[in-house]
Amino acid sequence: MRKILILAAASIGLSGAVQAADITGAGATFPFPIYAKWAEAYKKETNIGLNYQSIGSGGGIRQIKAKTVAFGATDAPLKGEELTKEGLIQFPTVMGGVVPAINVAGIEAGKLKLTGQLIAEIYLGDIKKWNDPKIAALNAGVTLPDASINPVYRSDGSGTTFVWTDYLSRVSPDWKTKIGANQSVQWPVGIGGKGNEGVSASVKQVANSIGYVEYAYAKQNKLSFALVQNADGNYPAPDDKAFQAAAANANWNEAPGFGISLNNQKGAQAWPITSATFILIHAKPEKPEEAQAALKFFDWAYKSGDELATGIDYVPLPGKVKDMVRAAWKGVVDNSGKPIF
Amino acid sequence: MTAVTQTMPAAPLRKTPKGTFDLVFRNASFLAALFVLVLLAGIMLSMVIGGWPAFREFGFGFITSSVWDTQNDQYGAWPAIVGTLSTALIALVIGVPLSLGIAVYLTQLAPPWFKQPVATAIELLAAVPSIIYGMWGLFVFVPLFAAYVQVPLSNIVEGLPLVGTVLYSRSPSGLGIFTAGIILAFMIIPFIASITRDMLEQIPSVLRESAYGIGATTWEVVRHVLVPQAGVSIIGAVMLGLGRALGETMAVTFVVGNANRLSASILDPGSTIASRIANEFNEALGLQLNALIALGCILFFVTFVVLVIARILVSRVKSY
Repeated sequence: MRKILILAAASIGLSGAVQAADITGAGATFPFPIYAKWAEAYKKETNIGLNYQSIGSGGGIRQIKAKTVAFGATDAPLKGEELTKEGLIQFPTVMGGVVPAINVAGIEAGKLKLTGQLIAEIYLGDIKKWNDPKIAALNAGVTLPDASINPVYRSDGSGTTFVWTDYLSRVSPDWKTKIGANQSVQWPVGIGGKGNEGVSASVKQVANSIGYVEYAYAKQNKLSFALVQNADGNYPAPDDKAFQAAAANANWNEAPGFGISLNNQKGAQAWPITSATFILIHAKPEKPEEAQAALKFFDWAYKSGDELATGIDYVPLPGKVKDMVRAAWKGVVDNSGKPIF
Repeated sequence: MTAVTQTMPAAPLRKTPKGTFDLVFRNASFLAALFVLVLLAGIMLSMVIGGWPAFREFGFGFITSSVWDTQNDQYGAWPAIVGTLSTALIALVIGVPLSLGIAVYLTQLAPPWFKQPVATAIELLAAVPSIIYGMWGLFVFVPLFAAYVQVPLSNIVEGLPLVGTVLYSRSPSGLGIFTAGIILAFMIIPFIASITRDMLEQIPSVLRESAYGIGATTWEVVRHVLVPQAGVSIIGAVMLGLGRALGETMAVTFVVGNANRLSASILDPGSTIASRIANEFNEALGLQLNALIALGCILFFVTFVVLVIARILVSRVKSY
């Protein structure tokens, strides 16, 4: 009996030790699949697990501010002043693109061309039909149906919505003044779907619809998508190269915490609606060992996670950006002021 | 004390166990009835406590505001309240006449060979889970409704005064408040129809026969004999259906379009209180969670008011 008790006590102690080493994080849903992949591989190598709750970017920001997690994750970067105020460090992990998914009978993937201005007018309810002269002018040779357009958007607050509305704000002054860029906005028209899954399901289901989803979702669900004109006037196909081209031309030092937008970047091949996803961590964490474990995890992901990322249609950061991020980690210090990485 | 115990055996032996049982039975059933009140109070209390931060933050504006902005933590319930009431109203307008028609036909007019299959079918419909109604609605009904009703209708009424506002949809996807109302109507028909049928069947046939005997037509029998007789039960059945329509969640979430805004057109997407909670509860935190619980509290209140109105209606019918 005593032996069993000791054994039980020992195993409780053991499991407690393992749990303490687990890294906790919460936030954006967009990078969840790649964080899960990385966590699985990292656990095999180091036996340290990652407990990541994909509760949405807004939730991630709130959780890290409340200090209930070692790191928060968000698709919409925080502004410099907010980072300073909350004492947070921000850095990107991977990138991805957002594509306009369409369901229009007779139009194959990549055959329809749109500009950001036209997309804004569609989502404002100003362009109502697929055979609108403005769309037809761009798409000579494509048979456009005389059907009403059904715009689909995310009904939950999400970083993907931020990327999409941020892009529309950059290309359409009308959108910027009427709606603006945010993780959830007051959509004037259209139907709402919950999550990337909800939007892709609605686009598949509802005839003559247009929605926006992460490229990875569009690809996995075999959704038809439209091409979007980039800042150089080209219509690149959305793929790894196009997302990387957007990142390559960006000036990552422009905003504090690498919080730049990759939307509408210059470059002949740059996909116009591209975004990095970000991690938030306290500059002077209450539990330095937890923050250190998180940084070690992301350092490992930068070193060995690129292949896993490209495998599921995420885009790794350029090497020079990774070096800049590692330099920024020197700003994370323990109680005595010593850098923990 | 001793005197009391000594007098006890004097009481008739046969009655004692029966008296004890009566007492236990009485108290047990009283406790069962009390349990409902305690449970209801508990639910109400937890809703009020959970939703309090939202009520405190926005005050009365929580009910009247139409803004639902998760990022800036601004919440208003008005579009969801209107959506809940309008989908339920549409469901009643469509569902009640159909249900009453079914019940009257089955009890008064249907040939026996036709009666049983229809009655069984109605009971089966009541047993279909709501998510099945939602999926059927989304995959089967919505595309047909969009193609054959919404698009032609929008083309006809566009630009007309009033009708052009109420019946014109800016994005005719088939999803919307009206679609949700139709699906809800299908869901409440089995409830109202089967209860009404049971009630009509229990009306003594001598009543009907004497009415026919003095030369009444079938319509007159239904109108002047059956409906007044079963009136209270019919209202009760309708209220039961209305309760389901107000609180129905999954089926509505599938077909209502999930738009957090108020539209003048009943064919445009909207949301109900239940659908919004279903959409956002998983990922809600902090004030958003409070706002959702506050929404639940409002739904509770709305349902309560509806039931009170039903009670008043029933008592008025009785007095005739």
